[in-house]
Amino acid sequence: MSTSTSTATRTPDHTAGHTAGHTAGHTAGPHPAPGVARASAGAPRPARAVRPIPTTRLVGVELRKMFDTRAGFWLMASVGIVAVLASAAVILWAPDEAITLETFASAMGMPLSVVLPIIAILSVTSEYSQRTGLTTFTLVPWRGRVVAAKLVVAVAIGVAGMALALAVGVVGNLLASAVTGLDPVWDVSALEFGRIVLANVLGMLIGFTLGVLFRSSAGAVVGYFVYSLVLPGAFAALAAFQEWFRDLQPWVDVNYAITGLFNDTVTAEQWQHLGVTTLVWLWIPLALGLRAVLRAEVK
Amino acid sequence: MISVEHLTKQYGSFTAVDNVSFTAATGRVTGFLGPNGAGKSTTMRIMVGLTRPGSGRVTITGRDYRELVNPGLEVGVLLDASAQHAGRTGREILAIAAQTMGLPKSRVAETLARVGLTESEAERRVRNYSLGMRQRLGIATALIGDPQVLILDEPANGLDPAGIRWMRDLLRGFADEGGTVLLSSHLLHEIEVIADDIVVIGQGRIVAQGSKTELLAAAGTLVRTADVDRLARALHEAAVVTTPVDGGLRVDADPELVGATAQRAGVVLRELRPADGAGLEEMFLELTAQTSRDETAPEGAAA
Repeated sequence: MSTSTSTATRTPDHTAGHTAGHTAGHTAGPHPAPGVARASAGAPRPARAVRPIPTTRLVGVELRKMFDTRAGFWLMASVGIVAVLASAAVILWAPDEAITLETFASAMGMPLSVVLPIIAILSVTSEYSQRTGLTTFTLVPWRGRVVAAKLVVAVAIGVAGMALALAVGVVGNLLASAVTGLDPVWDVSALEFGRIVLANVLGMLIGFTLGVLFRSSAGAVVGYFVYSLVLPGAFAALAAFQEWFRDLQPWVDVNYAITGLFNDTVTAEQWQHLGVTTLVWLWIPLALGLRAVLRAEVK
Repeated sequence: MISVEHLTKQYGSFTAVDNVSFTAATGRVTGFLGPNGAGKSTTMRIMVGLTRPGSGRVTITGRDYRELVNPGLEVGVLLDASAQHAGRTGREILAIAAQTMGLPKSRVAETLARVGLTESEAERRVRNYSLGMRQRLGIATALIGDPQVLILDEPANGLDPAGIRWMRDLLRGFADEGGTVLLSSHLLHEIEVIADDIVVIGQGRIVAQGSKTELLAAAGTLVRTADVDRLARALHEAAVVTTPVDGGLRVDADPELVGATAQRAGVVLRELRPADGAGLEEMFLELTAQTSRDETAPEGAAA
């Protein structure tokens, strides 16, 4: 049984007028007040200005979403908390001669290298695990723009987090020196700090990559721990027991290459190692993950 | 206006949406009716670009969804009221939507009031919301951009009868102001209460569409008897089309002819009356029964 749709009471389609408004919208003035533009019963509504969504707004929305849940807020706060706790530990337990800025930096480095990638992971996966992507990608159907905004926010948070950690480390170093009575030792140059920030941003990007690849919080977090805890041990063991792998490791082991950034000097060859390993472990998987995000069904 | 043209979506060998075409007209509330798993949600996800169609296309006011520069201001969408971050407050979820669309903050409070969420409810986190409150919040997200088109998947799910009545009035008003509404449901009753036009989908295919008046007033007679086979044979000999229904037949003829045929065949009748939309109801029940059989079969095979 099938009958055609009744057309008797249909109002005329208002495509033409609407399209005009849509085109005009790119240049036209402010958005009309709610409800004002509404026409009388059954009549097509007059055109109104619809302006495109600027990327800055998307970045603002994504930044807001990092802070607006309890879990998100405390995860962000944990960057500062971790820096303060690590500094306190150094002040309390480090021997006097070890009180240098580098000691503070190392103490904060390990916990931050876990917290920052998790922030990056969750910024992507919460859209899927919490299914908010249904609304996000409906309001902004250009998923690439949403993901780019998330990437910008994640990297900005990484850099800001490192700056915060540096500030806490400087204060800690001053405090500790005051306690010991020795002159504070500033043994981290701007260049070294820049490399530490780069190392952490790369770690966040690897987290982000796992996020877009897995699109599941649990999967991506487990993936990150496999990457950061299991792989280095496996490669180290392989290098220790297999002669042929020993020279190859720097070209294969991305953790090894990134950890090299914490050294006092980084050679040209080490930069090459970093380029090759991140291409394989970061940039190509990231490209594949982004492609998957753009194509995959959002449910 | 929403126009769906020859939409098909396959998952492996399973065809979720099979050559679906229909129109949701401006100024009308169109009900998209079908049992669970019939392809309603897939069709709606394709409409808003969340799922890629295998073939076919959907246009909304003449354009592809991705051509809209700020979709929230033109199409209000609610696909799943439960798909919200459980840790956000209702107000925050609405504020994010408003910010994305570039709307003033004042719209959040206005829209909350419009869907009947109180200030204190808006401050609660969504994990503490009932399904009905989530639906209201989802409808608020759809309405906040003051769009011309609404696409709502099972919006009445979880609403109490007063809530359904509220939604009917809201959607009625929206359509009367020149808006287009497409809402889905797996309950015939909900659609009957709310919709002007009905599109029925079953196993991915459109099985009926038309205005509610047309579909519910489908001609025919409902007859029940202990001896269905004999009556069916007699009616077939009289060249009348019959459809078996629970304990009887739906007959494409008036009650008088059915009564006379039964008398000639010597069949005792239990019930004889005009079908009164029973056609739609029976068809829908049949669809539902088929779907539930399909759903239980693989589980049994797997066990």
